[in-house]
Amino acid sequence: MEKVIVIGNGMVGHKFCEKLLGKNRSFDITVFGEEPRRAYDRVHLSEYFAGKTADDLSLCAEQWYNEQHITLYLNDPVRRIDRESKTVYSAAGRIMQYDYLVMATGSAPFVPNLPGIKKEGVFVYRTIDDLELIKAYAAGAKNGVVMGGGLLGLEAAKALMDLNLEKTSVIEYAPRLMPRQIDEAASHILQTKLNELGLAVYVNKGTTSIEGRGKVEALRFNDGSELPADLLVISAGIRPRDELARECGLELGAYGGIVVNEYMQTADSSVFAIGECAVFDQLTYGLVAPGYEMAEVAATKICHGERVFGGFDMSTKLKLIGVDVASFGDPFITAPNARTIVFEDTNKGVYKRINISNDGQFLLGGILVGEAEAYNMLLQTVTNAIILPLNPEDLLIGPRGGAQPQGAGVAGLPDEALICSCEGVTKGAICNSVTNLGCETFDAIKACTKAGTGCGGCVPMVKDLMTYTMKANGKYIRNVVCEHFSFSRQELFDLIKIHNLKNYEDVLNEIGNGDGCEVCKPLVSSLLASIWADMILKQGNDTAQDSNDRFLANIQKGGTYSVVPRIPGGEITPEKLIVIGEVAQKYGLYTKITGGQRIDMFGAHLGDLPLIWEELIAAGFESGHAYGKALRTVKSCVGSTWCRFGLHDSVSYAIRVEERYRGLRAPHKFKSAVSGCIRECAEAQSKDFGIIATEKGWNLYVCGNGGSKPQHALLLAADVDSDTCIRYIDRFLMFYIQTADPLTRTATWLNKMDGGIDYLRNVVVNDSLGMGAQWEAEMDARAQAYQCEWKAAVEDPAIRKRFNHFVNAPEEKDPSVQFDEMRGQKRAAEWVTV
Amino acid sequence: MSDLKKTTDWFAACKVEDAVHNGGVCIKYENSQIALFYFTRRNEWYATQNECPHRRQMALSRGMIGSAGEEPKIACPFHKKTFSLATGECLSGGECAIKTYPVKVENGLVYIGIKN
Ligand code: SRM
Ligand SMILES: Cc1cc2nc3c(=O)[nH]c(=O)nc-3n(C[C@H](O)[C@H](O)[C@H](O)COP(=O)(O)OP(=O)(O)OC[C@H]3O[C@@H](n4cnc5c(N)ncnc54)[C@H](O)[C@@H]3O)c2cc1C
Ligand code: SF4
Ligand code: FES
Repeated sequence: MEKVIVIGNGMVGHKFCEKLLGKNRSFDITVFGEEPRRAYDRVHLSEYFAGKTADDLSLCAEQWYNEQHITLYLNDPVRRIDRESKTVYSAAGRIMQYDYLVMATGSAPFVPNLPGIKKEGVFVYRTIDDLELIKAYAAGAKNGVVMGGGLLGLEAAKALMDLNLEKTSVIEYAPRLMPRQIDEAASHILQTKLNELGLAVYVNKGTTSIEGRGKVEALRFNDGSELPADLLVISAGIRPRDELARECGLELGAYGGIVVNEYMQTADSSVFAIGECAVFDQLTYGLVAPGYEMAEVAATKICHGERVFGGFDMSTKLKLIGVDVASFGDPFITAPNARTIVFEDTNKGVYKRINISNDGQFLLGGILVGEAEAYNMLLQTVTNAIILPLNPEDLLIGPRGGAQPQGAGVAGLPDEALICSCEGVTKGAICNSVTNLGCETFDAIKACTKAGTGCGGCVPMVKDLMTYTMKANGKYIRNVVCEHFSFSRQELFDLIKIHNLKNYEDVLNEIGNGDGCEVCKPLVSSLLASIWADMILKQGNDTAQDSNDRFLANIQKGGTYSVVPRIPGGEITPEKLIVIGEVAQKYGLYTKITGGQRIDMFGAHLGDLPLIWEELIAAGFESGHAYGKALRTVKSCVGSTWCRFGLHDSVSYAIRVEERYRGLRAPHKFKSAVSGCIRECAEAQSKDFGIIATEKGWNLYVCGNGGSKPQHALLLAADVDSDTCIRYIDRFLMFYIQTADPLTRTATWLNKMDGGIDYLRNVVVNDSLGMGAQWEAEMDARAQAYQCEWKAAVEDPAIRKRFNHFVNAPEEKDPSVQFDEMRGQKRAAEWVTV
Repeated sequence: MSDLKKTTDWFAACKVEDAVHNGGVCIKYENSQIALFYFTRRNEWYATQNECPHRRQMALSRGMIGSAGEEPKIACPFHKKTFSLATGECLSGGECAIKTYPVKVENGLVYIGIKN
């Protein structure tokens, strides 16, 4: 068996193993990795700060190497290569012979040799370990500085901002940011945008020393100025890891890197170099897509196949930072070799430049800042030498006069167009997977072709191609619910109404197939609740609910539940506060003020829920629907009754709003708030609908949320009176309930809506669909019919019985429930992580 | 059949009307907990361990049942891992299988079979 040794278990080294196995399984493969973990997705490294774990970033399952019979030594760098005897020596003392040696050692951040560079608090940004060190140090830091305003530097800066340092700055030696990708004008716009995002940018700054006693405290520059810094990330370029190659006498490039031929072979034909450590045609490639292509070429060569590396496009798009920046083809080419078209809008912060051939036929390259949706298409236009339309400026600013620009869209691409450059997947392959292999979802295409599994930049285009191909094949594209219903949520909504279906079984019998599942059950139940407003636990609908709805409480770690009574507008009497205290004491519950201006009691046994609620209801409380996809809270500020700035009585209005929409089921939960003036103490602009008092009435904002992807609400109507405002909300909510996809908050719903807020305003304020009166009447009827479902539940013995943990031992509680103690209250015992 | 008789103890878990339609209830059996499902729609009964192997939560009886193709399944309420009600196999990958028990109904009583 021929033996292949791979040095480096990074992105390209891993890809090489996959490629080699895909071609021929009769090699004995050993991989040495210097890092302590198996190969992970360095491209998405920054997402580690956004909560992804090392496991999430990992490129394969833990058992993969084992299952593929590859020997993987982690934490064990190769220290020496003896080419004569074809032997490698590792740090841990392993000595091993090879027939083929593949070097995939990547590169290392370049750290300039400045006085003070060794001080504590100076970091680089390359590995998960680096990020862990930065994260730990950031806890005690205020001023974060990134040295280097290139692509990686800006990404690192964004990461520091996410770590909530007081101030984050980027310093760049060159007169502009991203000097390798964008021009002066683009850099200006980018700087302005970054400043708006709270990132300070300094260009033309050559650092002369790093000051501080023991640890970094400031940077000193060649113009004599200083910048305070207690955390410094160096991102001043990368250097290929060629130290092993140098030592064993392989040829290196002028700026480092291992010189290879078009088969990725070094001067020694049994030694290959791929990825960032390789130099081909005097160039190193600091991107993952060319590295993957090199892996393919080397694997082919080792299997005696024929494939050559011919250079690679270096176009890039900056991710993460909150400003779109892209550069493609030759971004800088100018007259006399090309003509340029520039569009600049300093008002919106948009800059676009394209360079076209002198005959006006071809696109040669360009730059996009502030708006880069066109990137994928423009890049395709360059790489496939697609003939430009008559008015190429349309590519930048869209066609004027209603006509579609010619040649735009995926339809115009040739079959060979490379869509996913990371995995080398062409348009033809993607369309084929849709037409002939039955892939009709993005996930299916991904699994089948691997497109979109690398940097992810091509995902929008793959989706466009899927839709385009399905349409071309005469298929109607819908988001169907699951295997049991071949309808979208919106279609189900209409069908349930038309067929007058009242419970889950009927819906399944009439318009579904199979026996249902955990996806369609809660969805249909929510629709039934939205449409008919029946008691949520009506026989037949009870077990078709998510556990939280079925037991009218949120299930917690350990199997207990939370109890959240409604406290409209956050207003509560001392008497009611006392009742909550007493109930919590009696049933041994943990209490906490929630982020929604009310009180949550945690740790209730299932069997205690009806008893607890009976007491709460007797004291005048009702369900807070904290468990349902329903109205949560309407927060209020104290408003004009006490506050010296208050314009109207925001508390009374919040209570009115909360009582109108309580219990209403929707595609997702929804929240509201009412503020008494523009100081906005109730944070109304972060809610699904929010109301702010003005001199003349109320401003109504819609489609905001907090959560993982915060989005500010947009103004829907200004200065409206109290009744009009309610009518608008009625219409808004009914429209949302009827048309949103499952589990879609209002913000996401609006983001997907053709015409956006203007369209929504037309529907709600101008009643463009003529549905206004009907929606208001429906909402009225619902509000009239409202009853507290917890009250209904405790009064119905058949429903109460469902809250016993053991059906054959109704008195006994679940003995597996356990608590620990913390700050004088209880908490759920930690669950096992298996 | 006679083999089964020898090795299985049938224990009377509850009355038919104690079970919920198209859902689960929890049965106490000595010191353990068994989830009993009345798949009314298919007129089938299933019983499995109540503990979900994912985070070891006593929760399966509170989950939603359904089907994947023909396979009857239960989804844990905590993180929606799904298991076959027929074989106990984990259908979402990763977790180990759950224990299943035979069920029979006689004279309005539901019996769960415990292997000796
Ligand atoms: C108790 C509370 C935290 C607290 O101690 O303050 C809380 C607790 C939970 N939140 Fe929350 N959220 C609470 C306020 C918030 C807020 C703040 C607010 O409402 O002003 C937010 C951000 C605002 C927003 O939603 O726009 C918030 C954003 C979320 C999200 C993310 C939603 C999103 O669209 O991204 C989830 C997940 C989900 O709903 O899918 C969530 C889900 C949950 C769940 C239901 C998770 C679960 O399924 O077990 C937690 C249940 C607790 C329980 O057992 O009762 N919680 N949650 C707050 C209850 C408020 C209340 O009185 O009802
Ligand atoms: C923050 C960040 C963001 C990025 N974003 C993008 C992007 O958006 N798009 C893009 O295309 N690219 C991006 N890149 C670049 C991309 O990650 C690299 O091009 C890619 O990882 C190169 O793969 P590689 O295998 O050549 O090197 P690496 O992934 O660095 O792997 C090399 C491995 O070899 C190990 N090694 C070195 N010497 C030895 C030895 N002697 N013995 C054993 N092991 C050794 C190293 O420790 C390392 O684990 C980004 C990089 C970073 C750091
Ligand atoms: S928003 Fe703030 S300032 Fe205005 S009324 Fe409310 S509490 Fe007062
Ligand atoms: S505990 Fe059951 S899925 Fe997590």
